[in-house]
Parts: sequence; structure tokens; C-alpha cells
Amino acid sequence: MSMLLMQQILNGLLDGVYYLLIALGLSLIFSLGGIVNLAHGAFFAIGAYLTLVISPYLGFGGALVLSPVLVALLGIVIERTLFRRFYRSDPILSLLLTFGLAMVAEQALRMIFGAPPLSYSIPPALRGQVIVGSFIYSFYRVVLIGIAVACVAGLWFLLQKTPFGRVVRAGVQNPDMVGALGISLQPYMAAVAALGIGLAGLAGVLLAPIYAVHPAMGNEIITPAFVVVVIGGLGSFWGVVVAALLVGLVKGVMVGIGYSAASTAAIYLLMLLVLLFRPRGLFGERMTRLEQ
Amino acid sequence: MADNPQFTRRRLLQSAGGLALASTVAAPSVLLAQSSDVIRVGHLTPRTGFLGPLGEYAVMAIDLAVEEINAKGGVMGRKVELLKEDSVNPQTASTKAERMIERDKVACIIGEISSASCLTIAQVAQRNKTLFINTGGNSDALRGSDCKRYMFHVESQNSMYVKTAGRAFLRDGLVKGKKWYSLTADYAFGHDLLKVSKRFMQANGGDFAGDDLVPTDAADFSSYLLKIRDAKPDLVVINLAGNQITNFLKQYAEFGLKFPVGGFGFDTALAWAAGKGNFVGTWPVVWHHLIDTAGTKAFVGAFTKKYNKPPENQAWGDYIAMKIVAQTINDLKSLESPKIIEHFEKGAKFDLLKTREGYFRASDHQLMHEMYTVTALPADKIKNQWDIFSSGAPVPGPDESLEVIAATKEENSCTFPT
Repeated sequence: MSMLLMQQILNGLLDGVYYLLIALGLSLIFSLGGIVNLAHGAFFAIGAYLTLVISPYLGFGGALVLSPVLVALLGIVIERTLFRRFYRSDPILSLLLTFGLAMVAEQALRMIFGAPPLSYSIPPALRGQVIVGSFIYSFYRVVLIGIAVACVAGLWFLLQKTPFGRVVRAGVQNPDMVGALGISLQPYMAAVAALGIGLAGLAGVLLAPIYAVHPAMGNEIITPAFVVVVIGGLGSFWGVVVAALLVGLVKGVMVGIGYSAASTAAIYLLMLLVLLFRPRGLFGERMTRLEQ
Repeated sequence: MADNPQFTRRRLLQSAGGLALASTVAAPSVLLAQSSDVIRVGHLTPRTGFLGPLGEYAVMAIDLAVEEINAKGGVMGRKVELLKEDSVNPQTASTKAERMIERDKVACIIGEISSASCLTIAQVAQRNKTLFINTGGNSDALRGSDCKRYMFHVESQNSMYVKTAGRAFLRDGLVKGKKWYSLTADYAFGHDLLKVSKRFMQANGGDFAGDDLVPTDAADFSSYLLKIRDAKPDLVVINLAGNQITNFLKQYAEFGLKFPVGGFGFDTALAWAAGKGNFVGTWPVVWHHLIDTAGTKAFVGAFTKKYNKPPENQAWGDYIAMKIVAQTINDLKSLESPKIIEHFEKGAKFDLLKTREGYFRASDHQLMHEMYTVTALPADKIKNQWDIFSSGAPVPGPDESLEVIAATKEENSCTFPT
């Protein structure tokens, strides 16, 4: 195997980590409330724009903490006022709701900040490259991946090892039973929306220094994130993780071997194959409420 | 949150598909009553999608132009009324152009950035014998195999961009016997630009090292950067479009690559978005806000006053096109497209805010005008977020014909369909 291809494989895997932050939130919100959040990309964009607003005062570090928190608070407001009305209704309604929400958010960003992309650079302390053998990687991305991995690990711990996570997982499997046990899922729903949407906001902060910051930036990332969720299997934590890496890998390798034009098509093809041969996704659990 | 028997994956996918369909059809439009005291001009340009940011400048500029025209008494004593719409994609652009011409009776249509949408609008314009002035579509094919009698081009064609930037690369010794690697936007514009770039580089002894086609929705360039690093080119040629260029520049700086960079297509908004320190290389533009002429200074002043930021090159295109149309209608005292076209084809000269006047070339309706290169300033010489590049001299030079940078008949011939 050529050195370049090895680099592309590694780089592709690392790229997958960015999708992960978005896809995990999508998957969480969907699993618990059945809301397919088409506005998830908009929260990503809001996170990025907040970075530009906050960092002149508090620096990138301040934005890294504050921006996801603000986005998460916005998520709670949206969940309390909008999402909760749609948990029990036809999914087409929540799709319409979040689709509209995404357009409202994008247009709002356009009205406030203007349509042209805004400039934002990597903070000086995080610039530079890491060179291992012949592999080059940006130091900033190493930091980015470190933060992303920490978040994913934290989320796993929260869902698997804490009482909070137990209720959420039970709610995913059988919400009525949770209710019968006298546990109200409402606060958990709000918390999950805050978590998932906050993660999208965090991804926005992390990618603002390396991607163009423009009102429609959410659209660029939301589609691959959906593909990741579908491939990984709805409701499966590790499914999403594996699928994110897989999507990154496929994209990277397609570019690496000279088929860059088909790199986007390839991930859809991958999704198609998964849907044909394993409709519930790679690691998706059988959820009675999702299958007839 | 109870079991919902309707909620299946199949339903979900169906719904998502339906929504995607609905979103392409939904196109708000206001029904306007006809009236004869105004002259309507249609403006179509992408306001959303990856060309949206440039479209926004186009809209701001044409608004300013119309404001100035109306303040000076309008055209033929009537006020100009703009009908502005988001062209979205080639199909929608064509539908909206049809509606503007047939229902709203516009005198002409101005605008567009996507070459693919230009073509569908031009087809409608040709069928309805209404003038269309393209202000942003670069593809040579639009002026060649796809040329139309009713379509004129204020925006330069790819050949003009390539020859303008190419001169700078030749001057800097980056072409002859040098290895060049390119990244190309994977749609009509990029393909056309790559073809023209290859022709130029080959004719001047450049050594083609490779090209990657980049999907228009790609935001991450790390895989491409690794390939470029591996290829060790003497020149990286960027034939990308819109936000792709900003993303590329930011990530090129991030990965610390130092090969000389340049492009054959560019917009200054993308340099501003990449920002100080990230913006590198030499790029061609139709116009930029630092050109030292009285016309440019007045335009930049008025635009900055109205919008609190300087105009970028796309703004120039729509501003100047509106001014050309207004001036022509006033001169001819006629709104009729065939008469305007005849006037253009006779070689009428127009002030373009540059050092020389320009004119439309009769053979392919391309505006003949000066082009410029901009070169990124080193970080320590940058004073503000807008003036981050220095300007090259006008191309062609003062003693040359304006046509030397345009595609020749052999390179790109046009036969107008009757």
C-alpha cells in the first residue's frame, strides 16, 4: 500500500470525527423523541457565528465554552416550545417543523450577519503542523479531535454509566414503560435536546476557524451527518461512531485514489447498500416502534 | 411519545423525499399589477446556495444603481422598478425568467452567476426576444457553442481570466517547464475553466501534474492537501468556486503548505472571508475596490456609505450592467431589445469605472474591458480587513487592444442561432 493511500486512510478516519459530533446529537434527539431534526445544521452554524461574536471579548477559549452553552440553551427553548408538541404526531409534521426552522435560522443569520462569508482564523497558539514520518497534520485538528473524542467518551459515560443515561436508554426502548414506572421523561427530553444541540454548537465553534463561516454552512455538514446516522443505525451509539469513521474513510480514500468527483456520491452509495442489505443500519437495534 | 404505528423508516424516507421536492418547487412571488409609469427590469441571481454570498453583493449593487438612476430622473422619464428573485438553480431560473418576461413584461433581465442558469435564462430570453445581460457566468461555452443573440456578457469569460492571471504567472516564472497541479470545481464552470487553463499552460510550456475534481458541497480539503503535498508542484492552480475557495485558503494555511498558489477564477469576497494570513497568491478579477479611477472611487464611496462595507467584484458587474442598460435606453429612447442589441453590436462605448471605456464585441457579445490581478499582501502590510491585496496593472496594457485576452475565434467560436 502506498504511503499516500495510508495517509488518506488515516486522514479520512480523522475527518469522520467531525461528522460524529453532529451525527451523535441527531441520533440522540431522534431516538428519544422521534424528531428528525433537519435544523441541526442551523445550530451548527449558530455555534460558528457565536464564536465570531464572543471571541473578540473572551477569546477562542471563551467561545469554546460559552457558545455551545448558549446553543444548548436555545435548544432547550426550542424543545420546550416546539419539539414537545410533535413527539406524538405524524413524523411528517416534525420534519416540516424542523425544515422550516432551518430556513428561518439560515435567513436570520443572513439578515444579522450578511450573506457573504465572514473571516475567522485559527487562534495563533493553536497554529502549526504535526509531522509524523511523512504524514502531516494540522496541530489545530489534533486539538479538535482531542476535544471531540473527549465529548464522545463523556457522552458514552453519561448514557451508559449514570442513572440519567439509564432513564434515557429506557425511554428510547419503551417510553410507556418508563411512564408506568412513575418517571416523567419530560426533563430528560429537554436535557437530551440540550445535549444534542449543544454538541452541534460545539462542532460549529471547532470548525469555524477552518471552514468558511456563512449562513448556509449547516447544509454542508447536515447531509453527511444524516448519512452517518442512517448507516450507523438509529439509536445505536457505536453504530454512529463506526459509521462516521466509515464515511470519512470512504470520502478520503475516494479522493486519494483519484475519484474525488465521486467522493460525495460514494457515501450515498454506501448508505444505499446499507439500506438494501441491512435496513436498520450497521448496529441498529430492532425498535418495535420503528418497524411494522 | 407512545408507540406510533405510523412511524416507520419507510414513512420517514418518503417524507424526507417529499420535503426535498417541495422545497425546490416552493418559490414565493408577488403578483404585480401592470402599470405604464415604470420601466421594469428583472434581476435574477442565486441568493442561496454556495453562490448566494456573491448574489447578495449583486443585489446590493443593482439596488444602488437603480436608486442612482431614479434619483437622476429614471429612464425615458420613467422610474426603474426592479423585480428581484433568487434564481436557485437552472430549472427555477428558467421558470422565473419566463414569468418575468411574459407576466411582468420586463424590459430586460440582468444578473446570474451560475453559468448553467445563464444558459437556461438565455434560452428563455432568446425565445421571447428579450435582452439578457449576464453579470456573473464565466463559462466560455456560453459565448461559444451556447451563444445567443439576446445574451450579452458583462462578466468576463474564463479565457480572459486565464490569460490575465496567466500573464502574472508567466512574469513570475511559474509556467515554463514548471509543474502545476489544479483543483477544479466539479460543475460546468469548473470544467470549462480547467479546459481553458490547460490550453493556456500547455501553450506556454507548463507541465501538468494532475487535477482533482472537487464536489461543490465539499468543505474539507485535507485529503486534497495531502495529495498536493505529495505531488510537490511548482504552482497550485485553484479553479474552484464560491466558498470552496475560502475553505481551501483557510485549510492551505492550516496545513502550512508553501507552494505558490494562484487561481484562474476569483471573487474578492472570498479573499475577505479567508482573511489576513490565510489569503495567499495571485488571482484575476474583473474589477476590485482599490482601482484608482474617479468612477471606482465614487461607486465604492456610495456603496460603502449605503452598506457599511466596500463592494466586491460581483457588485461591479450588476451595477455596471444596470447603468449600461439605463444609458442605452435613454440614448435610444427605446425599450425594445432588438434596438438595444443593434446598438451594442455597433460597438457603443461605455464607462466601466476603469481607465478605459469598454464595448461589447459583436462576434460573441462579450464585454471587452480591462481585467486586473490581485496579489495577497504580507500580513504586516495589512491595515484593515478589506485592503488585503495589492493590484496589478490593468490587463491588457494601455497600448494593447482590449481583445488580446479574449478567446479567439479558433479557441471559441460563436454562431448566433437565428
